[in-house]
This record gives sequence, C-alpha cells and structure tokens, in this order.
Amino acid sequence: MPAGHFYAVFIHSGGCARCNASPIDPSAGSAIAGREQKPMNVMLAMQDAFAQGLLWAVMSLGTYISYRVLQIADLSVDGTFALGGCISATLIVGGMNPFFALIFSLLGGMIAGAVTALMNTFLRIPSLLAGILTMLGLYSVNMRIMGKSNTPLLGEDTIITLAGNVLPFSKNVINLLIGIVFCVGLIAVMYWFFGTEIGCALRATGDNAKMARALGTNTDNMIILGLLLSNGLVALSGALVAQSQGFADVGMGTGTIVIGLASIIIGQVVFRFLRGNFALKLLAAVLGSVLYRVIIAIVLQLGLDTNDLKLFSAVLVAVALSVPLLREKYKASRLRKEAE
Amino acid sequence: MLKLTGVNMTFKPGSVNEKRALIDVNLVIHPGDFVTVIGGNGAGKSTLLNVVAGVCNNESGRIVLDGIDITRKPEYKRAAYLGRVFQDPMMGTAAGMIIEENLAMAKRRGKRRSLRWEITREERAEYCRELAKLGLGLEERLQDKVGLLSGGQRQALTLLMATLQKPKMLLLDEHTAALDPKTARKVLQLTQDLVAQEQLTTLMITHNMKDALRVGNRLIMMYEGRVIFDVEGEEKRSLDTRDLMEKFEMVSGGEFANDRMMLG
Repeated sequence: MPAGHFYAVFIHSGGCARCNASPIDPSAGSAIAGREQKPMNVMLAMQDAFAQGLLWAVMSLGTYISYRVLQIADLSVDGTFALGGCISATLIVGGMNPFFALIFSLLGGMIAGAVTALMNTFLRIPSLLAGILTMLGLYSVNMRIMGKSNTPLLGEDTIITLAGNVLPFSKNVINLLIGIVFCVGLIAVMYWFFGTEIGCALRATGDNAKMARALGTNTDNMIILGLLLSNGLVALSGALVAQSQGFADVGMGTGTIVIGLASIIIGQVVFRFLRGNFALKLLAAVLGSVLYRVIIAIVLQLGLDTNDLKLFSAVLVAVALSVPLLREKYKASRLRKEAE
Repeated sequence: MLKLTGVNMTFKPGSVNEKRALIDVNLVIHPGDFVTVIGGNGAGKSTLLNVVAGVCNNESGRIVLDGIDITRKPEYKRAAYLGRVFQDPMMGTAAGMIIEENLAMAKRRGKRRSLRWEITREERAEYCRELAKLGLGLEERLQDKVGLLSGGQRQALTLLMATLQKPKMLLLDEHTAALDPKTARKVLQLTQDLVAQEQLTTLMITHNMKDALRVGNRLIMMYEGRVIFDVEGEEKRSLDTRDLMEKFEMVSGGEFANDRMMLG
C-alpha cells in the first residue's frame, strides 16, 4: 500500500497540466513505478482522477459562468487559478487556518475577475484581450505573493490533512469527499442564484444584451458581476487543488481555460441527457471535468509522455468543440443520401 | 408628453463619412398620441427613436419625457419609461431563456432587481392570462425556450413584453417589416389593440405608407434628418398615398428616389 500511495501522489504533481515548473517534478520516476505495479496503480490512478476531477470541477463551474452564461471566453482564469493556489499556500505557510485561506483565495480571484471586467466594460477592451492582459499581469502578482515560483505545503495543515484527522479515510477518499461537498454545494447555490431576478438579468445579458438593456438591465454591471463570480470560483478551485497536491506553483494555472472549456464541452457532448434544467447542465460540466481527468489518467497509463499532455488537451478540446458541427454535417449528408 | 428641443445627431463627426442624421429636430408628442413616422432610407427615423431610447446620445438639444430630462440618462435607465420593439424579431427577446423568464424580465423593467426568486405563482397566472390574449396558444408554452418560436410569435411576445409594465411611451422601430404580410397584419392589429386598450403614447416607424395613413392619429415625414411634414387628426385622415408622394417629391426637389418607401 505505501508504494501505491506514493505513486498516486506522483500522479498528482506530474499528471495535471502543472508539471512545468515544479521542482519536485517526479514524472520520470512515476512512469517506472507505474510499470512495476500496474493493477493496483490503475485503481489508484482512477480514484485520484475522480478526486482531482471534482476539485477542478469547481473551476469548470466558474468557467461555465463566463463561457456559457455570459458567452465570454475569459482567459484570465489561467492567472486566477494560480492566484488562488498562491494565496492559499502563502497564507497557510504564514500560519492561517486552511479554511480561511480558501476564503481569501476566493476574494483574490473575485478582484482579479473584476479587473478583467472593468477593462472590458469601462475601457471597452475586447473581452478576449482583457482576459489575456489580466492573465499576464497575474503572473507577476503571483510571484510577488509567494516571493518564489513554488511554495510547498509539506508538514503544513491543509483542509485535506485536517479532514484526515477527523475522518478514517485515505487521502484520495477525502479529496473525493471534499470535491463532492464543494460541487454539490456550488450547484445548489448557482441554481438558486441564476433563478433570482439578478441572476436572470445576468443570463439575459449573455443571451441578448440589447434586450437586457431595453428592459432596464445595466449590462456593464452584470458583466462585472459575472466575471467576478466566475474568477472567484476558479481561484477557489486553484486553492483546493494546491492544498490537495501539497504545493502551489506560479505555473499551475497554465491551460486552465482549455481544461475548463474541455470539461464543459465534454460534459455537454457525453452527458447529453442532462439537459433542460440549469442544475443538470452544471452537473454535466462537473461530470465532464471528472471524465477529462479519467481520460488523462488513461492516456498516461498507456504511456503518454507528461510533456505531451498539453498538446493532447488542446487536440481534445478542438475535437470536442467541433463535434456538434460534424454531427450536423453528418446528419445533413445522410438526409441528402436518403433523398436520392 | 415627449418634448425634443433642437436635437442634433451626427455620426462619425469630422471624418469623411460624417453623417448628419438629425438636424435641429423639434417635436412635441402629446399624451395619447399615436404617431407614425415615414421617410426614405437614411432619413433619420431610426436615429430619432434611438436618441429617445438612449441607444445613441444626441450631441445637442434636450429630450424631456413627462417633465423628466432624460437627455443624458443611459439607455438602461430610460428603459423604466419606454417600451420598445425592434425591427429584428430576434432582438426583443432572449432566445435561450424560456417564455415566462422573458416575461418576468419585462415585468421588472425599470425596477430594482434583487435576490428574490424571479417567477412567483401569481405572476405565472398573470402571464398565462396576458399570453392568452395574443391568441397564439403561447399560454400553453410558458416553459418553452423563446428560440423555438417563429418570428411572428416572438414579435407578438416582444410587444406584450413592452407593454406588460405600462410604459410612458411605446417605441416601435419598423416592427412588422421583417414579417410576412399576413403575420405583419396580425402584429399590427395587435399593436393597435394594445395601444387602444392601454391608451399608450406611441411612436411607430414604418416603411408602409398605407399603414402609416391607416394607423394612428398623427403622421410625421422625415427627410435628410429633418421633420418635413407633420399632420394630425382630420387633416391626416383626408390624406392618401398620392398626397404623401407628392409631398415627398416636393421637398426632395423632384428627386423620385428609388426607395422602398414608394412600394407602400
């Protein structure tokens, strides 16, 4: 068991698009360990994929607000995910309770989201560019916060170790439980919020801004609110992941937007029966995030080099994005053939 | 009462493409007036509506609605006073939201939005009653996405939404132009019914001269950013399309433009 557990920890730091700048990058070692004890490791890798998927799903829920509700592809999330992790790690090392550290990560993400939104609304910088600017700037901010590129949490209290003191489960199971609690709680809160008057105004802003204004909605304020909530959740997710993996890294956010989009789209394409109700759509995004991690775990087990992981993710998203169009074309061509 | 005093509007000022869309427009619309606006392409009809609605800010002049100076108020604040229907049936409703959510948005036009739940049971009953009046069977489809409706249905819904919360003024920007003739007639009839029922002050742009003559109690003709003709009551009723064409020919100096306006 100890050896298997060891391996699972390695998958954590090596497998999740955050392998680039980590000084304790063990990807080479893990691959060897993986070949020696395959059956056990596959199980653990799957457990780990589920747990990671749920923690990253908090980010997918945040991205859902910007990408699906406001229909903005907000690239600031690459920066805010790392920001959440950096704030959390720095505060924990400084002696703060890890639960409070989560709250500060959330607030930090909200501020960063507001910066993007203000550039977009008051300065009329296109949302894509505004997001890129925030993402770029946050790299320096994150370096300033940590004072170095990586902060290990070895021997520090995290929400995972604290929960582990109370609950008689393995680290993976605790990760899983924490992920479930956050995802279920957030889906409930988001379902409620987007059913309120303000929530509906926010949805209308993304759907048809002209109509929203004609019905008295300050659409600029709604964009600010939406990006603020979205980036708050993304930073919260970054904090959860950092605490779970036991370190924060300035590079841990690279590719976050792609993973977020992948989760949403995979969820929508694969779990097509989860439609209609808003809460079900959110659930699909969460399941998409889990499935994304499972896919990644499988290709790593099959021997994909961790350095190729980002290329794989990019291709995966490109494929997932084009599925609806290809499906339409396929249908159309079949109809044509039937007609002939 | 809507009062426009010396309103000017120029697009792209100082550039080669400078376009003076409104030139010294003075206009008073009395409570209960149903004004139809006609004019060729680029005459400034839509700009007139847009400066009233706050979509674009007039560069000079004042706009006063029921004693409130709205000249510098942003569009979303003016929405409290104005019901609007656009030419494009897709513009007036949110396609991804269901019918009752759209109506609930309209019900809260100009009101402060809070964290209360958007739709209450009493409201749903009210929406059912109002939708039934349209006679399109939409009262059975409260939970359907608006994107599933036809252009005519969406335009009728937009009209209902614009009047659900009685506006100080109803602005209609060629709201039947994009519909097929039969649906257009239906929507126009619906417009007349709603306006009569609620005694709404209305400003309606149209390309159809017959409609402009048949509907409303007052008619305004615009040409190159100016109001060039303004008749009401008995005088308007006695006009026919030939009179309007002659009038148009006179002011445009015999330039019988190849214009959609002539097709009416």
